[in-house]
Amino acid sequence: MGNPMRIRANASGDTVEVKVLIRHDMETGQRKDAAGKAVPAHFIQTLVAKCNDKVVLDAEMGTSISKDPFLSFKFKGGAKGDKVTVSWTDNKGDSRTDEAVIA
Amino acid sequence: PGEVFAAEWQAGAFDAKSLADAVKAIGGANYTVSKDVSVSGPEIAENGAVVPVVVSSTIPNTEMIAILVEKNPNPLSARFTIPAGTEPTVSTRVKMGGTSNVHALVKADGKWFIASKEIKVTLGGCGG
Amino acid sequence: GQSADTLYSLPRFGNVHFLHFTDCHAQLQPVYFREPSVNLGLGEARGRMPHLVGEHLLRAVGARPNTREAYAFTSLNFEKAAQTYGKVGGFAHLSTLVKRMRASRPGAVLLDGGDTWQGSATALWTNGQDMVDACLALGVDVMTAHWEMTLGDKRVQEIVNKDFKGKVDFVAQNIKTNDFGDQVFSPFSMKEMNGVQVAIIGQAFPYTPIANPRHMVPDWSFGIQEENMQKTVDEARAKGAKVVVVLSHNGMDVDLKMASRVRGIDAIMGGHTHDGMPAPVVVSNAGGKTLVTNAGSNSKFLGVLDFDVRGGKVQGYQYRLLPVFANILPADKEMEALITRIRAPYEAKLGEKLAMTEGTLYRRGNFNGTFDQLIVDALMDVKQAEIAFSPGFRWGTSLLPNSAITMEHLMDQTATTYSHTTVSNLSGAMIKTIMEDVADNLFNPDPYYQQGGDMVRVGGMTYAIDPNAKMGARIQDMRLGGKPIDAAKVYKVAGWAPVAEGAQGEPVWDVVGGWLRSNKTVKARKLNAPRLIGVKGNPGLMA
Ligand SMILES: [Mn+2]
Ligand SMILES: [Mn+2]
Repeated sequence: MGNPMRIRANASGDTVEVKVLIRHDMETGQRKDAAGKAVPAHFIQTLVAKCNDKVVLDAEMGTSISKDPFLSFKFKGGAKGDKVTVSWTDNKGDSRTDEAVIA
Repeated sequence: PGEVFAAEWQAGAFDAKSLADAVKAIGGANYTVSKDVSVSGPEIAENGAVVPVVVSSTIPNTEMIAILVEKNPNPLSARFTIPAGTEPTVSTRVKMGGTSNVHALVKADGKWFIASKEIKVTLGGCGG
Repeated sequence: GQSADTLYSLPRFGNVHFLHFTDCHAQLQPVYFREPSVNLGLGEARGRMPHLVGEHLLRAVGARPNTREAYAFTSLNFEKAAQTYGKVGGFAHLSTLVKRMRASRPGAVLLDGGDTWQGSATALWTNGQDMVDACLALGVDVMTAHWEMTLGDKRVQEIVNKDFKGKVDFVAQNIKTNDFGDQVFSPFSMKEMNGVQVAIIGQAFPYTPIANPRHMVPDWSFGIQEENMQKTVDEARAKGAKVVVVLSHNGMDVDLKMASRVRGIDAIMGGHTHDGMPAPVVVSNAGGKTLVTNAGSNSKFLGVLDFDVRGGKVQGYQYRLLPVFANILPADKEMEALITRIRAPYEAKLGEKLAMTEGTLYRRGNFNGTFDQLIVDALMDVKQAEIAFSPGFRWGTSLLPNSAITMEHLMDQTATTYSHTTVSNLSGAMIKTIMEDVADNLFNPDPYYQQGGDMVRVGGMTYAIDPNAKMGARIQDMRLGGKPIDAAKVYKVAGWAPVAEGAQGEPVWDVVGGWLRSNKTVKARKLNAPRLIGVKGNPGLMA
């Protein structure tokens, strides 16, 4: 479901920097459409990033994270060629998982 | 399918309508201001809908960092659980309805710390 | 009379040389330019450069009134001095000066601080190409930017990747992509000069997407990026730079703050705030000392910075901000020919006499100048609006009394890619919000929150301002026709240059041009300057 994420994972020394761009409207529930009807809230609530099978970041988000969310963080213990996986779930139960290989 | 998340989305904290209520819901009301925690971002937002914010802590055993935009209708923007091995520094982008303080609330070794920065949202125009 | 040899003999000092001009705003021809009589400094900035005007500035730098120098740096006796000393700037005259300095300074690099491709009719009509060609002919080596961005990101990339390729380094450490935050341009340029490695770091205007329409640079973000500046300085030093210069478009107050916080910069050569400062400010920081200069506007000045570098260290410096007097510096023939070629297709249009002005017309200063007064008066008249706003731009040239206002002069005040006129129905409360917002961009005590423009120019409505007050409390006593502005009442307000996308109104030069043509003669404008509170005796205010 949803559009694929863009994930970059780059190792320098023993540190891996991960940058994630997610496609999601992150509707606040407070906006009205052109016809004046309230647009229901639709936003990512939870996100988890793993390196191979180890959780490297765990996030909860609210409606005030910007449309098309961006996240960046660094962790130790990854190496070039390892797999980074990012998964999110939104308030409507939609979810998506994408992965990138550490470069 | 069947993803297991370490943290459960906490409605009470994200729905809170004031900074104090949000902080209380997270359990961090008993915080102290710390120089070892930082919030960085632009002084003036280029676009209130997309404000880049970096929250960071140099306190050992930092286990959680939350971002709170004081004047937003729901101040809590995000909460990050930091596993061992992950640096306690996270960059993201938040929406801001207007000029506000942005806070980083940190939990380390069971204690709570905070740092703040004012980010201005302006109408724009003019220039040299 | 004085000759170029006596006025411009500046013996070489040391072995590393930077020539710097900034904010020429596409003025290829010599112009008159009146320096501000109001440039308030508040808090720490009170009485400090660049917030000194008139006698206060002359006293600070040991210059005398009624001299060529006083004419260049202040607005004292402007009309008389302008008649005596003539026009300033012009690329043909600047070019002669650049060549002269280069002849005595082997290896010197020429830095262009930006606001170069905007500000004239020909720059607008050629999409900046006239200035690109003129800068290539002038021999610019390194450049950073601000108003350039209002030509749109695609056009900027085209010039950087084609015209400038292998010739001009376009540098900006603080421009990044909106997706992953990647660097858009090189953060700095490395040069070897007389055996010394030097780095020139670019700092584009931090608030471009706020002060100008964001939709022109939709994929880029700017900002001050102080931490990245420190990282860039450290990287340049690590790569062997013995001299680090920041070519900045921050504005001078922001540069002064940055110089106090970032280590390892020898000099910040700045622009944007159009402060023609005869001397550098020496700022102490944890890493040593940093010089901060600002080189004025309108190709009126060339900054010359010499460093004596021995043993891998800066041992001393010499700085001069040389005014370009068009009557003294002969025109460079090649540049003159290029300018003639550039202007040829447009001469008839540029030369149209719209009206005569009886009074001096100028823009620069914290509050209404007479040329902006003319613009808001025309807007109110033509649009039948009770109030008019004109942006607090710092660019725009000056005209002497009893001279013709040509189309070229009008374009010098109005030539942007988004100069649409607007008519809006605004509540008194909204008007107050707008005024407070702009005032805070100018008078916020923290320079990092300042955008470097002047106060919005206001027609129709009178007001008082307490610049030292907090945001929300600066603007007071707003009145229309003597009656207090009602927060709930709606007023018809004319304006121009909206930053929001989708404006359709006819260009401001058509509106004001038509008004001038029908008036034929324009009386000296009565300035609608606000009543100032709490700044009596401020040296940023002329007596
Ligand atoms: Mn400028
Ligand atoms: Mn500028």
